[in-house]
Amino acid sequence: MSPTNIFAPVSASARSIFELSIFVLAVAAVIFVVVFGLLAYCVIRFRKRTGDNGREPAQVYGSNQVELAWTVIPILIVVTLFLATARVIADIQNAKRPGRPVEVIAIGHQFWWEYRFPGLNVVTANELHIPVSDPANPAPTHITLLSADTDHSFWVPRLAGKTDLIPNRENSMWIEPTETGLYLGQCAQYCGTQHAKMLLRVYVQSRDEFDRWIQEQSQPAQAGKAVSKGQKIFETTACINCHRVAGTAADGRFGPDLTHLMSRETIAAGSTPNTAENLRLWLKNPAALKPGARMPAMGLADEELDALTAYLQTLR
Amino acid sequence: MSSDSIPWPRPRAATRSFPERVHEWVTTVDHKRLGIMYIVYALIFLMIGGIEAMIMRIQLIHSHNDFVSPQVFNRLFTMHGTTMIFFVAMPILFGFANYLIPLMIGARDMAFPRLNAFGFWLTAFGGIFLYFSFVGASGLYGAGGAPDVGWFAYAPLTSQTFSRGHSTDYWILAVLVSGFGSIATAINILATIFCMRCRGMTLGKMPMLVWLYLTMAALVLLAVSPLSAAQIMLLVDRYLGGHFFDTQAGGSAVIWMHFFWIFGHPEVYVLAIPAFAFASEIIPVFSRKAIFGYPVMVAAALAIAFIAMSVWAHHMFTVGMSSNANTFFVLSTMAIAVPTGIKIFNWLATMWGGKLHFKTPMLFCIAFLFQFLTAGLTGVMLSSAPFDWQLGNSYFVVAHFHYVIVGGILFTLFGAFYYWFPKMTGKMYNETLGKLHFVLFVIGFHLTFDFMHIPGLLGMPRRIYTYEPGRGWDALNLIVTIGVFFQATAILVFVGNLLWSYFRGEPAGSDPWDAWTLEWSTTSPPPAYNFPVLPVVKSRRPLWDLKHPEDPDWKYE
Repeated sequence: MSPTNIFAPVSASARSIFELSIFVLAVAAVIFVVVFGLLAYCVIRFRKRTGDNGREPAQVYGSNQVELAWTVIPILIVVTLFLATARVIADIQNAKRPGRPVEVIAIGHQFWWEYRFPGLNVVTANELHIPVSDPANPAPTHITLLSADTDHSFWVPRLAGKTDLIPNRENSMWIEPTETGLYLGQCAQYCGTQHAKMLLRVYVQSRDEFDRWIQEQSQPAQAGKAVSKGQKIFETTACINCHRVAGTAADGRFGPDLTHLMSRETIAAGSTPNTAENLRLWLKNPAALKPGARMPAMGLADEELDALTAYLQTLR
Repeated sequence: MSSDSIPWPRPRAATRSFPERVHEWVTTVDHKRLGIMYIVYALIFLMIGGIEAMIMRIQLIHSHNDFVSPQVFNRLFTMHGTTMIFFVAMPILFGFANYLIPLMIGARDMAFPRLNAFGFWLTAFGGIFLYFSFVGASGLYGAGGAPDVGWFAYAPLTSQTFSRGHSTDYWILAVLVSGFGSIATAINILATIFCMRCRGMTLGKMPMLVWLYLTMAALVLLAVSPLSAAQIMLLVDRYLGGHFFDTQAGGSAVIWMHFFWIFGHPEVYVLAIPAFAFASEIIPVFSRKAIFGYPVMVAAALAIAFIAMSVWAHHMFTVGMSSNANTFFVLSTMAIAVPTGIKIFNWLATMWGGKLHFKTPMLFCIAFLFQFLTAGLTGVMLSSAPFDWQLGNSYFVVAHFHYVIVGGILFTLFGAFYYWFPKMTGKMYNETLGKLHFVLFVIGFHLTFDFMHIPGLLGMPRRIYTYEPGRGWDALNLIVTIGVFFQATAILVFVGNLLWSYFRGEPAGSDPWDAWTLEWSTTSPPPAYNFPVLPVVKSRRPLWDLKHPEDPDWKYE
């Protein structure tokens, strides 16, 4: 089964959309069958037959009763669909703010996602971790959606419908997943050259695992002496203009926070597995993995690349 | 005075040199020639836009394909959309309007023949200008080439920060210029219909096509003007330090969306209403019955146009509007299904009890009815805002609007081509090739656009140059791409048929379909002055009255 199927919801709002969509689909299917049946009947029944006498058929100019009937019936159908829709809109958009939600700020960048957990001292990129919710222990997540540059859209089909991230504007959405697991999605509003590789990964974890993850992510980086050469390269080239590694001189804001880079399964906004080989290739030439990505190739020598890769691999 | 004392202009076609004939076409103000020029121009751009679509479909044939780079792909979808809307659909529909309206209302030309030529040449210049961007747009290194901001060019991607060089300027100016051409033509259509009708043709006795083009022209005036205003504002932003859409200086990206879609949604009906017009002429003739419920059909068209002005923000359900705003646009969008449904039912009622002749134009119109019904129903799904939060900007949307534009509009356009080709050229097309075109195109259309809905339901967003494996999209995309090649083959058959029939076709005669509107009362092709004597009509079907003096329409209308 597709991991991004809109008909396999695991979160409250996605589920109410799913129920509405089944109702709308069913109504559409009935209309389709009836009207298509009429059309097919017309085409077969009233075709000109061989041996036709060549005379024109009876001319009928219209009928007010019939017109009235096929005006009123569609109006009734539309009213029904509208009321069902309006209810779901109100349910989702005007939902009451629950007691203690997990607060996340998601910021869209060309072409990656920044996640900040205000008050928890956690900043990460591209891989969002949130707790699972169950009726006994509700743990909804409230996501504030911002953009650093162009329009983006946050779409993880199994968790919720999409909401856009628009510069100069604050949007928000609720998700309340009821099953643990990894849920995929991707940016759904064209945002520039690498719109296609701006992937979303949401890890829904049990409360304990989530708390442990938050605990780990809020620590500063710990790098040993063995990689001091790589760290020096990192801190003396342009890397630190864009990237942050907590507890070091690197404090950039334009690119992903790398403090816990190795806790992530992917690099390049979810498009590439986070292996030593890929990481080195990414450092050497980002365009090889993601042409159009904002990170420039720094023109480092082979041994510098090795040292830098070794350093980054200690950022757990 | 004897008749030979007036020097009748002699046909000199055989003696004119090629430059003379080119000069004649370039300087013409004859509505028929301008109509044909619009149509031929649009067909050329249809080929170009189609090739762009094919390249995109080859790129998407499987996941992680490397046929074109992301930069090229983004230019392709921008150019494909802009071309198909502004330089294929609009001109081709204006072409038919130009050609048919004066003939159908018994006039000798449009109200403003020079404005007519002006409108055509503006549109023509716009298209050529847009394509010149491929060579002319490089301002800064690496920022050249065709526009790559998408056909609805959302802010702030179009600002100087994100779009350096001049590619976006080419897009703005090309669309702005052709927009002025469209406004000129719309004014001309309105003036022609209001002022140039022949004696006896009251508004209530106009052919359905004329009524629908009247509606379409009014919508063009209302819809294109805000777009032109927005393009000028965008130019001000880019070059005069304005901040309308410049989010870095406090401008609003959402305002651009409102401006664009208050053009963009009525535009759908600007294109669809002429499609209704063709269907409303072709279906009655090949069912051998008068159109069912003429006054209701007119009222439904006006209702569609009216409601179409208030539905634009259904393109914006995901931008975070308030629940009240979302609810309003759900209601207005669903409401438009009612008059549209009425039209479908009336066409069915026209066929009911008739004698259906399955000539090529009728086949295309029957397929149109089926596909337009389907497109309408997927439209209802999308109009349900929460459903749209899932489906919006996915391949489901792409499939839906191609179902409207190809399955609805292009199908009736093909019908219109075959139906009026004998009138325009004096030659009959080849019926066998026409049916082959129909069959191939139906197969290709359904392979491509039926299967395109499903990746959308499985989470595939539009405008991505490549996609990840393992999402269940690969096989579906392969089928979609295969369908494209059927469509391309069908188009070759179509063009071949037109060319072959133009040079080798049988003479068609003035009224090959035994039809009822005024264009069939003059010769094929009609003379420059259309009618030797301006006609006088008593009903909606003047030729029916002529052919059936014992039972004329005007007794019943």
